[in-house]
Amino acid sequence: MANIISDETMEYVGILAKLELSDEEKKAAAADMGKMLDYFDKMSELDTTGVEPMSHVFPIHNVLREDVVTNGDDRDAILQNAPAQKEGMFVVPKTVG
Amino acid sequence: MDLLTMTATQLAAAIKEKKVTVSEAVQAVLAQIEKTEALYHCYITVDKEKALERAKEVQKKIDAGELSGPLAGVPVAIKDNLCTEGLLTTCGSKMLGNFVPAYSAQAVKNLEEAGAVLIGKTNMDEFAMGSTTETSFFGVTKNPVNPEYVPGGSSGGSAAAVAAGECFFALGSDTGGSIRQPASFCGVVGMKPTYGTVSRYGLVAYASSLDQIGPLCKDVTDCATILEVLATHDEKDSTSLNRNDTDFTAALVEDVKGMKIGIPKDYFGEGLDPEVKAAILKAAEVLQEKGAIVEEFDLSLTEYAVPAYYTIATAEASSNLERFDGVKYGYRTPDYLGLHNMYKKTRSEGFGAEVKRRIMLGSFVLSSGYYDAYYLKALRVKALIKKAFDEAFAKYDVILGPVAPTTAPKLGESLSDPLKMYLGDIYTISVNLAGLPAMSIPCGKDEKGLPIGLQLIGDCYKEKNLIRAAYTYERAVAADVCANTEADGNGKGEV
Amino acid sequence: MVKQYETVIGLEVHVELASKTKIFCGCSTAFGGAPNTHTCPVCTGMPGSLPVLNKQVLEYAVAVGLATNCEITRFSKFDRKNYFYPDNPQNYQISQLYLPICRNGSVEIETESGKKQIGIHEIHMEEDAGKMIHDESGNFSLVDYNRSGVPLIEIVSEPDMRSAEEVIAYLERLRMLIQYLGASDCKLQEGSMRADVNISVREAGCETLGTRTEMKNLNSFRAIARAIEGETARQIALIEAGEKVIQETRRWDDGKGESFTMRSKEDAQDYRYFPDPDLVPVLVFEKFLAEIKDRQPEFREAKMERYQREFDIPAYDIDIITGSKHMADLFEETVALGAQPKKVSNWLMVETLRLLKENGMDPEDIRFSPKHLAALIKLTDSKAINSTVAKEVFEKMFAEDIDPEKYVEDAGLKTVSDEGALRSVVEEVIANNPQSVEDYRNGKEKAIGFLVGQTMKAMKGKADPAVVNQLLKELL
Repeated sequence: MANIISDETMEYVGILAKLELSDEEKKAAAADMGKMLDYFDKMSELDTTGVEPMSHVFPIHNVLREDVVTNGDDRDAILQNAPAQKEGMFVVPKTVG
Repeated sequence: MDLLTMTATQLAAAIKEKKVTVSEAVQAVLAQIEKTEALYHCYITVDKEKALERAKEVQKKIDAGELSGPLAGVPVAIKDNLCTEGLLTTCGSKMLGNFVPAYSAQAVKNLEEAGAVLIGKTNMDEFAMGSTTETSFFGVTKNPVNPEYVPGGSSGGSAAAVAAGECFFALGSDTGGSIRQPASFCGVVGMKPTYGTVSRYGLVAYASSLDQIGPLCKDVTDCATILEVLATHDEKDSTSLNRNDTDFTAALVEDVKGMKIGIPKDYFGEGLDPEVKAAILKAAEVLQEKGAIVEEFDLSLTEYAVPAYYTIATAEASSNLERFDGVKYGYRTPDYLGLHNMYKKTRSEGFGAEVKRRIMLGSFVLSSGYYDAYYLKALRVKALIKKAFDEAFAKYDVILGPVAPTTAPKLGESLSDPLKMYLGDIYTISVNLAGLPAMSIPCGKDEKGLPIGLQLIGDCYKEKNLIRAAYTYERAVAADVCANTEADGNGKGEV
Repeated sequence: MVKQYETVIGLEVHVELASKTKIFCGCSTAFGGAPNTHTCPVCTGMPGSLPVLNKQVLEYAVAVGLATNCEITRFSKFDRKNYFYPDNPQNYQISQLYLPICRNGSVEIETESGKKQIGIHEIHMEEDAGKMIHDESGNFSLVDYNRSGVPLIEIVSEPDMRSAEEVIAYLERLRMLIQYLGASDCKLQEGSMRADVNISVREAGCETLGTRTEMKNLNSFRAIARAIEGETARQIALIEAGEKVIQETRRWDDGKGESFTMRSKEDAQDYRYFPDPDLVPVLVFEKFLAEIKDRQPEFREAKMERYQREFDIPAYDIDIITGSKHMADLFEETVALGAQPKKVSNWLMVETLRLLKENGMDPEDIRFSPKHLAALIKLTDSKAINSTVAKEVFEKMFAEDIDPEKYVEDAGLKTVSDEGALRSVVEEVIANNPQSVEDYRNGKEKAIGFLVGQTMKAMKGKADPAVVNQLLKELL
């Protein structure tokens, strides 16, 4: 089974991943992705009926914090790498019309 | 006395005995960097001044008896995806080319508390995605064994820095072999501990369920010693294990009598370089001679590990790397029209080709209509792989095999075919899927003189089995070298 | 014949939990800090930071689940919901899709048409987003992450409601339960309770559901009622015109009385949910559940029944007092300090409600303590102050929670009931008001009231009116 990745799919994945590729890059990426998906499809050879999907290898559970304030005001450190800041806040392009 | 030939623990002992000062050790490393760094390019950042300053502080503490651990005063290099307070942390990416964290990774803090002196941050494949260190935005690192070859990756800078004497040991991270494979290519020792043994707090995530920090170092004693310092329970990492068996140096015992070692036939099939194969089987013989019970077995499912691994890793990566958007830190495109255009341009310009490839693939396998077929399927395959290992470890204490199908490839020869590159990870990635500990130790060289790595895989929490086997092997080979040296007097022994 | 339509409504209610710290880090949830002063690497999505679940959040979520008759999920997980927006620092929100903490619950509502069960599909835990401030003049927005990571539960109802009246009854019911649990103050205006309303219409008698839209930005009961009305009309108009309702999220503009689509071509609405690998599963064991059950408070119905048995106060008073957990606590604690229930109730029902209304406050905002209310009642019981002074003291207490005893003492407000001290004042009043004196003497009994009033005025209210009355009669 060969996966052909359409232009529409590349466009859609670009919206999801917030990536904008040049036409050339897009072509190469589509070919790579098709090839990888063909390879991923190998997994379908395996019968996994009744197998629980395993997210965590270890049965660790209930890792909980007590509800105690441990952080103080660290604004300068939080903002020190901001590409743009104003009045103690991060600046972004306007999000409403 | 050539300081640089010492191991980390030997150096710490010499400092403790006042044969060497911390400043001398740091200066020796800085001099070596001065000499060889232009060729190898192991580091993205070298923090000379801070290292010298810190050397004095540590020396004071050692003199005052406040620091007496086995790493006190030892210069260390840190992979550039581990956050270091006040020191550039780039992940080998243009995206984080100017990122200076306000906090240090817990693993880094543990080393600092033990008195290690941070020299700098090592080069790596961008966001740890790659196996050659060629995807770094900051240029390639060359293999100190032979600079025409890659050092492996993604912790290539760390492995090369250890091999070149540009540090005494280094930290790396291993998501699918990123410690073990460069260790193998550069002829150093590397270990990926059991998932959860070292806190991931402050490690810039590639694939959270697979990432684990570990040491790259000169010998097995160093490896056990460093791991002992790194392995602490961390309440800031929900996946951190609370172990009470982290006295790894207790396993530095030269004895494998009765140890059951399994050799998976699946790891010796098509694609394995005959020279690598021969070296691995020879290493198995050494352990057998030392009293281990070695036999072949069928591990099964190896061929499904690569697709399962890349499905899970790219899916997690696509989500983990969403935070790099030009808002809070790192690169932001200079020209944009509105928010979404800013996002797209920032990410398209900030990430390199391999990272973008993996993000797109990961976004796709999680997208509506494909989640079950790819992502959930991969998690089911992972469960089966884990089960296969459980069955193997019911019979064997250690699984022995190659780290990589070949020795280091030449620079520039790997990136053209991603699938082929991904297949190079075939022996290392199952370990990450199953959360197991595994080590790479040098076991000879091919005829080009490139190092070959022996991989030892243990059951969860069984690092000590690996350390014991690796230590026994290391001693046996060293004894052999001594014997040969005495016999023919030219000391051209391996390792 | 004109077609009859039915509106089908389901709610997604977000409730901000009252924990001291955020859901995944040790930052304060307190309101009012300067921008980004309640932040850390975790809640600003710094590289390498990792989340750890707040135990209190889990306890609140389970408590709300129990109060709404939900099944508590014994093996629950967190998932990532991936979408890009600047208020969401990781560009994914940690939420629960596949295994939410509570499922299959219900609450009973009562409207004019009777009682009805509203099904609860699920309750899940998630993190809130930061706040965006839009610069009016410039072409940029500002992001403040103080609210980023504040814990929320989202209560998703079944599409069981048919009118705005039912929706409001349901919301009031939820609010009451959650306030009683102390899990949130549930203020719509301040955003600690937020309702997104899913609306579809269908022809009466039709079994299948129509296409629904989701209405956001509803921050008052009035806005909710108007939005339901407006959206129902919009959808019916579309259907009547032969057009289709599009499944989408719409933003209600209460000023304009209209809703607007929130769709954009940059939003794929494909959240790529997957289990968050940075968090481990939550297992709910019997012991944990039993502890939370033990801690569940007496809810309103039980309280109302008990008040009827224990206190001699009117049903109407009981209804008002138990309508707020805070007021009920205040009532019970004041009674426990020895005050007569009827008197406590009177203060709450008359003066307290009046002042709340005048100040536009909720019962939850009452600041005075049970101790001070009990002290005030004691002062009136012992006739140390009269009712006029008591009201004045109460107003002060309502505003600043002053200690009434100390205040009365300091301001010299104690009632003068000593005849000697009063006699000269009364004599003066008689001398200054000959007309009233004459009226009284001519048999106009009412005239004495005026003279009492004049005396009280002269005494600045600090006299015992009964003593004044008696003295006047005696002197006249």
